[in-house]
Amino acid sequence: MSLKHVNVVVIGSGAGGGVVAKELSEAGLDVVLLERGRWITPDQDRKDDLRNQRTTVLGPSCGPDEEKEPRVFVFPDGREQVVWPADGNYNNNAACVGGGTVSYGAMAWRYMAQDFRMKSIYGVPAGSTLDDWPITYDDLEPFYEKAEIEIGVSGDVEPNPFKAPRRRPLPMPPLPDSHETQILKPAAQRLGWHPFHIPMLRNTVPYNGRPGCMRCRWCCGFSCECDAKNGTQNTVIRTALASGHCELRTHCIVAEIILDAKGRAKAVDYFDGGNRRQTQTADLVVVSGGAIESARLLLNSRSALFPQGLGNRFDWVGRNLQGHAYSGAFGLFDHDVYDDLGPGAEIAICDFNHGNPGLTGGMLLANEFCRLPYQVANMAPPGTPRWGKAHKDYMRTWFRRSMVIMGPSQEMPVFDSRVQADPKVKDAWGIPVARLSGMDHPHNLELCKFASDKAELWLKEAGAIQVTRRQKTQSWLSGGQHQAGTCRMGNDPKTSVVDKHCKLHDVDNVFVADASVHVTNGGFNPVLTIMANAYRTADYIKRSWKTGGLA
Amino acid sequence: MTRRFFLRVSSATLLAAPLFPPLPVLAGTSWRFLNETESATVVALCERIIPADADPGATWAGVVQFIDRKLAGYYHRYQQLYRLGLRGIHQSSLALYNKSFVELLDVQQDELLHKLEANQAPGDIWKQVSAAAFFDRLVDHTMQGFYGGPRHGGNRDAVSWHMLNLPTAPVRSRRPLTAPWSPNPNVPSV
Repeated sequence: MSLKHVNVVVIGSGAGGGVVAKELSEAGLDVVLLERGRWITPDQDRKDDLRNQRTTVLGPSCGPDEEKEPRVFVFPDGREQVVWPADGNYNNNAACVGGGTVSYGAMAWRYMAQDFRMKSIYGVPAGSTLDDWPITYDDLEPFYEKAEIEIGVSGDVEPNPFKAPRRRPLPMPPLPDSHETQILKPAAQRLGWHPFHIPMLRNTVPYNGRPGCMRCRWCCGFSCECDAKNGTQNTVIRTALASGHCELRTHCIVAEIILDAKGRAKAVDYFDGGNRRQTQTADLVVVSGGAIESARLLLNSRSALFPQGLGNRFDWVGRNLQGHAYSGAFGLFDHDVYDDLGPGAEIAICDFNHGNPGLTGGMLLANEFCRLPYQVANMAPPGTPRWGKAHKDYMRTWFRRSMVIMGPSQEMPVFDSRVQADPKVKDAWGIPVARLSGMDHPHNLELCKFASDKAELWLKEAGAIQVTRRQKTQSWLSGGQHQAGTCRMGNDPKTSVVDKHCKLHDVDNVFVADASVHVTNGGFNPVLTIMANAYRTADYIKRSWKTGGLA
Repeated sequence: MTRRFFLRVSSATLLAAPLFPPLPVLAGTSWRFLNETESATVVALCERIIPADADPGATWAGVVQFIDRKLAGYYHRYQQLYRLGLRGIHQSSLALYNKSFVELLDVQQDELLHKLEANQAPGDIWKQVSAAAFFDRLVDHTMQGFYGGPRHGGNRDAVSWHMLNLPTAPVRSRRPLTAPWSPNPNVPSV
């Protein structure tokens, strides 16, 4: 029996897909939301320090399936390796209802205006495809505001003079100053910097019918046991389901998007929870699988019209894969700086996102989320023995006396940093897997050095007696949890995949709503930008919709 | 949080007999992957990696239980590495001291481990598997089994977290925090 036709299929229920599903179903369109992972409810949180999305030694806790969904990683020397979700080179984010927003640290950054005009401001570094976005910060601003209110953001960005203009303050206040903040904030001010409370997609007070943060030390990488961390699963997806116009189907693996003879998408083929192949017809398709999976899906959707993959006439699908290169420093203090209360990351500066002499772009710098004992066991300064009494002494002496400052450097996109569909390896459903290859840009290493320089300075000013730099010094493919860039937005179909409405240039009824569309990725965690852009894309779809399709 | 007093076990007592004497933590253990000799060697190895002093070490914390359980489960891909690596340890120990690893003094065991770490341990097993790679994995697993949560078989009574003066996670229910009370069919009534 064939499935009933719907108006929209949204593929992926993460930061982008959840928002689009809600906006369109609230507008009365019938939506099917397909998710390859499962629902993770708050009472399922396991708080397993060895098995979560941050420490994966015993696997990732929020998907994807560890035995069915491999990828292929190509090393710089050309050697290929089949990789699995717990491997770093898999470049995992998550696979569950809500995607990465279930387990993230929840930093809720607006990009700065300059982040949308990187080429105009800085010029293009040799070997990079750096470009401007076809939209400006002003185009996105109302949608940033909507995301902050609907999904729920707390913090205090007023003391940040570098932030892009905003009309309204954040809807929730920051947490009280933690022990680390009480030390780091005055230190930053003494250096002439401008510290402020990080905006977070986390309830600090009861909001949207859920409680405020319980201040546990197990946040980043874990689902929230009290449902105070805001993701799409406990906000917009709940609203979508309550509208009566959205059906969520979990454990569904999308194989390809099917076109009709006129070159419009007519259906999405997927394997359901019982591994039966299904065909869901729709008027419109929104692809929100994340930068790696969305590109993979388009590349696997071949037809006579698009032999290289859907929307891939000019070989830009899967290109420009980027993430964020984290660098910073780890400081030891001669007194306890430990705080029993989490989530840990709290204080940031944006003094170095832009305008750094000799550098293209920059990064925010902030203190880190709480580090659990096994993580700290692996963070001993060079020269500390890795085992024996000396290592135990390190743990006993320094566990409560350490702070970490890190920042996500804005990466220079590289054309050959890419996602392809592997010609040989297939997943458990017979679908060609994502093949990752390429290197990040050399300038990223210069930015990483700069980030570590500033982090070291901050920790020393804060009174650290010993500082170890945590600096990326080796070029490597970058994607991971902040993966972006693979279906970039642009006005020219020859050098982009989607137009400024995030619609495929070549297909009138297929949109991409995740970080694949990011031309550049800011020196910030990308999730709020993904959500804002998803609201903007849905807004365009709603305004253009006439019965049965877009105008 | 008061510190508990832990019995200090001297290495001489530990190594009195060729077979490793059963400590309370090992009594009643049915091994899932390691055999008796292997488990005794792993206990001795882990105790050098995280030795007992004023605070318990790997033996008391039951790190060997973590390793054994994981080798039979999620870490089955390391089974061959451990099988060969532990034989290699035996070879190296005989070559250097003419005794098995569990019979050595602390300083001898440490000396052997330093050689392992530097990939300079004697024995032809180390042509089949890298000594340094085995030791590296063993150190990491010991850290996981000592500093990781107790649910996986190690860190008995959250001993390492007490050592770091950390509160342990509270025992909590599995029901949503905002749910009204209703009878839980899974809990037998007293």
